[in-house]
Amino acid sequence: MGDRAATFACMSRSPVLTFTDKGIYCPAGDFYIDPWHPVARALITHGHADHARAGMGRYLATHAALPVVRHRLGEINAQGIGFGEALQIGDARVSFHPAGHVPGSAQIRVAVAGEIWVASGDYKVVDDGLSEAFEVVRCHHFITESTFGLPVFRWADQRDVAAEINGWWAGCVAAGKTAFLGAYALGKAQRLMSLLDPDIGPILTHAAVENTNAVLRAQGYNLPDTLLANAELNPKDHPGALVLAPPSAFDSAWSRKFGAQETAFASGWMALRGVRRRRSGDRGFVISDHADWAGLLSAIRETGAENIYVTHGYTDIFTRYLNEVGWNAQVVPTQFEGESLDAGDAA
Amino acid sequence: MRHFAALFTAIDQSTKTRVKVAALAAYFKTAEEDDKLWTVALFSGRRPKRAVTTTRLREWAAEAAEVPLWLFEESYSIVGDLAETIALILPPNTSESNHSLSHWINSLRMLSQADEPERKAFVHAAWHELGGAERFLFNKLITGGFRVGVSQKLMTRALSQATGKPEAELAHRLMGKWHPDDVNWHALIEAEDPEADASRPYPFYLAHGLEDGPDPLGDPAAWRAEWKWDGIRGQLILRDGAYFVWSRGEELMTDRFPELARAIDHLPPGTVLDGELLVWRPGAPHPSSFNVLQPRIGRKTVPKKLLREAPVVLHTYDLLEWQGEDIRKKPFAERRALLENACADLPDGAPVRLSPQIPFKSWQDLIPRRENARAAHAEGLMIKRADSPYRSGRKKGDWWKWKLDPLTIDAVMIYAQSGSGRRANLFTDFTFAVRNGNDMVPFTKAYSGLTDAEFRQITAWVRKNTLQRFGPVRQVTPHHVFEIAFEGIAASARHKSGVALRFPRMLRWRQDKPLEEANTLDDLNEMLRIYG
Repeated sequence: MGDRAATFACMSRSPVLTFTDKGIYCPAGDFYIDPWHPVARALITHGHADHARAGMGRYLATHAALPVVRHRLGEINAQGIGFGEALQIGDARVSFHPAGHVPGSAQIRVAVAGEIWVASGDYKVVDDGLSEAFEVVRCHHFITESTFGLPVFRWADQRDVAAEINGWWAGCVAAGKTAFLGAYALGKAQRLMSLLDPDIGPILTHAAVENTNAVLRAQGYNLPDTLLANAELNPKDHPGALVLAPPSAFDSAWSRKFGAQETAFASGWMALRGVRRRRSGDRGFVISDHADWAGLLSAIRETGAENIYVTHGYTDIFTRYLNEVGWNAQVVPTQFEGESLDAGDAA
Repeated sequence: MRHFAALFTAIDQSTKTRVKVAALAAYFKTAEEDDKLWTVALFSGRRPKRAVTTTRLREWAAEAAEVPLWLFEESYSIVGDLAETIALILPPNTSESNHSLSHWINSLRMLSQADEPERKAFVHAAWHELGGAERFLFNKLITGGFRVGVSQKLMTRALSQATGKPEAELAHRLMGKWHPDDVNWHALIEAEDPEADASRPYPFYLAHGLEDGPDPLGDPAAWRAEWKWDGIRGQLILRDGAYFVWSRGEELMTDRFPELARAIDHLPPGTVLDGELLVWRPGAPHPSSFNVLQPRIGRKTVPKKLLREAPVVLHTYDLLEWQGEDIRKKPFAERRALLENACADLPDGAPVRLSPQIPFKSWQDLIPRRENARAAHAEGLMIKRADSPYRSGRKKGDWWKWKLDPLTIDAVMIYAQSGSGRRANLFTDFTFAVRNGNDMVPFTKAYSGLTDAEFRQITAWVRKNTLQRFGPVRQVTPHHVFEIAFEGIAASARHKSGVALRFPRMLRWRQDKPLEEANTLDDLNEMLRIYG
């Protein structure tokens, strides 16, 4: 721990949140946040696989995040909570606030005897029009990710990215090719859908994407019409289609039946030319559900927190910078993964 | 710059040769002559005289981006390309312009006369008015190194489509030391060039790997065997009193091997030889290892010292043209006889030598020869059908390479570093150690050989098992054993372990092996004794 945090910890009985080998722990409330090993009580920020894991005794997540968590983890003992609603757990007062990462995702605010900590999970500060928009939560201690914590990452306005994607899709249609767009099944896929121009053609989906769509639609999220591309679907009946699928489904027996195609990936990593080329897809679109450099810094600034804990991403570099410009920051090792290019379904 | 940026983007975002060539050909048909000339120059590794040092460029970029220099440097080490790092880290452009590629190049050229504040002001202004790909390309004009996946071959094909001239002639026109400062488009590409014909090479015939040994090839009497050398494949053309050297990639390398000029003194004009370029020092019993040849490959001009330390000879094993006649249709045995005759009177110091054949009666005879290939500093055997013509391309059936199995050692991963550029988000560069009592002695790095899935798995493991960080390098718990394959081993004073490996790579991740079963320093030294 940094000096100031250590001093603070000595003055009070014990820190509100501590970092253990099972996850982020709150002694005052005896619960964990996004733990990676089975514990009795887990508070979950959102449904991605590196944050919501199986095997917990009890789960607490937002009403908006819970359906996907249940869909993914099956039969669990879970309780829902509204955004902004406060709940007393032991000596800790807990509330959930929008993180803007994916539909339902939350930052978790924990207050004990007037000291406020916020575990932000994964977040982005711009409003994507689909997820509940990021809300600044004032606090003393802020736990942040740093997936894109380098000044080379700067996201363009999502309308510009939408125009790029739709332009590419229209070009595929004109060339008689099926457009394959790779994205995570939860979050990125739905965000992309909401950016697509339905006048260009039909949107087909891989089962992993469509299952999540069904859950989110049932909750009342407004998604455009899509069609499940299952074994019975004949691609010839849907000319000019764009297919949304996890990248792992590319170049499979399933994808090949769509005939001539172009592939594209949508990820923050596509900002790097080298990564774009390694994917050897036809196109890379730069769009992420994680905050860019400026987004991370503005979030940290606006919380008013003095103590910053950096959990995953370019942790060393980001932490060094924060310390240099006046925060009391430290790296805390976790098993969160941030935006992975290769995993079909994490973060 | 927009036209050039659009061309660059079209090439850069496609993996399809056809698309790249079409984009280039379209550009060569429509662009201004100076822009075309510079495009050819840039894509073949030429660049304007450097007007700004990269040190200054980094400082100015960090300043313009309002980040400390160390943070700029960290970002650069992850992005892997200076021009790209600068393009990304600067705030978006505030104005727009559309000057031509050659305008920017000429401006940069003028800049070399200017004083530093003036240079800085110019570069800052350029960054303000160029965005995205244009800003990246502007930076590339200063830093050089346009690696865009356009080989000389693709470029000549595109030029051929745009101009209607044969590819081989264009390849010849683009060879050598020309620079856009001294030549124009017409003189380079369009004017009459009598030398082009004389330099024209034959397409190379390429061998296939022999996976299951030679038995399936049938009657041994129908085949010939030679050493498979570990150098670079080359075609030496002697015509009209001149010499030309082509690589297998059909790149003209004449300038890189000036010592081959003396072949003109020993062999008649109208001779074309196929063979292997090797470093072979006078009087040495074997060719030098590939490490010694390496510095010769990339250099377009060769310093005298290097020429003396690493003299190259062509080990020839086939004759494609003799007395001006294309003899590729003759059977190999006949071509070989002519080749042996032609080489019979070569003096010891000639830059061309006959690659010997290895006599054998049965396939059984060849097994010990192959196993001894390392002693002859070869990497295996070539087996060629005696009655076969010289074919072109990789056609299966007449030429086989029967390579040695690589040497292998089981080593322990002790450091990991994330890749840059393509692999910025994965740990891909590892340092391996052998055991020495309770110590771990690092002896090699390797970064290839695993699947993407394995890299992801090891990346997750590294994150959880980091003992210490040294900048980008992480020391990890010694735990995982990898089988490292390599082609050769040599003593090296520069390495802590005392050895250097040739082409080390990860053959497989031995998740089945516990740490205690990894090889030891003694094992490594024993390998050095036997194979070094």
